[in-house]
Amino acid sequence: MDITFKDVSYTYQPGTPFQGLGLEHVSLTIESGSYTAIIGHTGSGKSTLLQHLNALLKPTAGVVQIGDREITPETNNKNLKAIRQKVGMVFQFPESQLFEATVQKDIAFGPQNFGVPEAEAMARAIHMVELVGLPANVLEKSPFDLSGGQMRRVAIAGVLAMQPEVLVLDEPTAGLDPVGRREMMALFTRLHEEQGMTIVMVTHQMDDVANYANHVIVLENGQLAKSGTPREIFADPAWLTAKHLGLPTTTQFAQALIQKGFVFDQVPLTEHELAAMLQAQLPSKVGERRE
Amino acid sequence: MNKLILGRFMPGDSILHRMDPRAKLVASFYYIGIIFLARSWPAYAVLFVFTMSLVLISKIKLDFFIKGVRPLLWLILFTVLLQIFFTRGGHIYWQWGFLTLTRYGLLNGAYIFMRFVLIIFMSTLLTLTTPPLSLADAIESLLKPLKAIRFPVYEVALMLSIALRFVPTLMDETTKIMNAQRARGVDFGEGGLFKQMKAIVPILIPLFVSSFNRADDLATAMEARGYQGGEGRSKYRILKWQTMDSLAMVAMAILTVILIVLR
Repeated sequence: MDITFKDVSYTYQPGTPFQGLGLEHVSLTIESGSYTAIIGHTGSGKSTLLQHLNALLKPTAGVVQIGDREITPETNNKNLKAIRQKVGMVFQFPESQLFEATVQKDIAFGPQNFGVPEAEAMARAIHMVELVGLPANVLEKSPFDLSGGQMRRVAIAGVLAMQPEVLVLDEPTAGLDPVGRREMMALFTRLHEEQGMTIVMVTHQMDDVANYANHVIVLENGQLAKSGTPREIFADPAWLTAKHLGLPTTTQFAQALIQKGFVFDQVPLTEHELAAMLQAQLPSKVGERRE
Repeated sequence: MNKLILGRFMPGDSILHRMDPRAKLVASFYYIGIIFLARSWPAYAVLFVFTMSLVLISKIKLDFFIKGVRPLLWLILFTVLLQIFFTRGGHIYWQWGFLTLTRYGLLNGAYIFMRFVLIIFMSTLLTLTTPPLSLADAIESLLKPLKAIRFPVYEVALMLSIALRFVPTLMDETTKIMNAQRARGVDFGEGGLFKQMKAIVPILIPLFVSSFNRADDLATAMEARGYQGGEGRSKYRILKWQTMDSLAMVAMAILTVILIVLR
C-alpha cells in the first residue's frame, strides 16, 4: 500500500492569532514494502507528517493518497477506521496509552475495535507478547506493574496486534537502554523482512537510519528538504551539518580516515561496509609503509 | 476547544499588559459588579464606551473578542429569550398562550444581552492581557489578609500556579492520548450516549495515571531543590503598584459615581 503526498500543506489553528505552520507544499511517496526513515531538526514537521499517514490530521491543502483512499481537506471524519487498521501508528512514549486491567486485554483492545472477535483477539495477544520478546506470564499482569521498557513493548504489541500493513513509529527507541534499543530495532527489521511490512520511522539516531532504512526523507521547517537512499543523503556531510543533522558514526569515522589519505568509492554506511572497504585498502597501505 | 479564547493569554505590549495584575483583577471584578448598577440606556452607553476604549487600549483586535463571545452565544440567546417572553409588565405587544411580548420584557432582554457582552468582554480582556502566573501571584497577594483566620494562602497559591502551569501540558497529553487511541480504532463522539461514555475510559485512565506519575516526579524534584513549604521563602516575581494602577482605581470610582447618577 503506497502512501503519496501531493502538494500537502497543513496549518495549525488556521484563522486565529495562534496559527502555526506544520507542513508546506510537501510531495513525496512512501512505497509499499519500503523502510522509510524521516529525519529533521526538532519542530521540522516530522510528527505532523506522521499523523497524516493514518488521517489523524487532514491536510489543509493538497491530497494524501493512502492505498486507494484519497484524503483531502474536505474528507469526512467518518469511515476512516479501515485506514487506521492498515496503518498502525506507534506514538512517542506509547506506554502512556495503556489502560486495561491486564496486558492481554490491552493488546486485544485494538483488534476488537476493528471487529475481531474476542477469542481471536485474545489469541493474537498471546502471540504478540511472544513476538515483542516478553515472557508469557505478563499476560495476566496489570500493565501498570511493568517496567517502562516492558510497557513500551506491550504498547507496540497492541499496535502490531491490529496486523497493519504499514507500521509508523515515532522515535520508538527514545529513552530505552542500548540492549532494549537493539532488540526493538531487530524486531522491526524482522517484521520488514519476513512479513514485508512497510515501516516508516521518525528518528534522531543516524546509526539506525544507516543500518536499517532504505529510503530517507529529510524535513526542514515543514518543507521537504531532500529524499533518497541513505547513501545519497549521507554523501554530503556539509549539507547535513547545515541542516543541523549529524552523520552515522561509521560515516564520521570514514571522514576522519579520508583525511588520513584513505579513499572510498562510496560512503560506507554500516560497520560491515566500512570493514570490507578497509580490508580492500589496508594490505597495500601496510605494504607501502614497509618499503 | 481551540475556539474558546476565554482564559487565554495574548502576549503584547500595551498599558493594560504592563499594569499590576492585582489592580487588573480588582478592577475587573469591581467593574463586573457595577455593571449590575446600570438600569438605563445612558448608563449602558457609558459602560459600552468605557469597555470599548479599554479594548482599543489593549491593542488586541476587536474581532478576536467577538469570536470569544461566539461559543457562549447560545447561552446568551437562551437567557435573553427567556427574559423577553416571561417578563410581565408594561405595554403588551403580542400574546400567544403563556408567551407574552411586553415592553418590559424587551427592555430586560436587551439589558441582559448588554450585561453578558460587557462581562465577557471584560473578563476576556483580563485574561488576554495577564499571564496566568501573574494572575496567580495577584490572587496570592490579595488573599494575604486571610492568613489572619488561618487560611492556607501560600498553599492555595502554590496549587493554583502549579495547576495553571500544567493546564497546557495536560491538554497536549490529552490530545496525544486521544490520537493514540484513535489510531487503535476508538471513535470519539460517535454512537449512542453509552458508547460515547465508554470511549472516554481509554483517555481518562492513562490521563489519571500520568498525572499521578507527574505529581510524584514534581514533588521529588521540588524536594531535591530544597523546597520545605511556604515559610521563609523569598519571591522572584515581585508585583509593583504604579501610578497607572492607582489611576485605574480612581477611574473605577468615577465610573461608579456616573452610574449612580445615571440610574
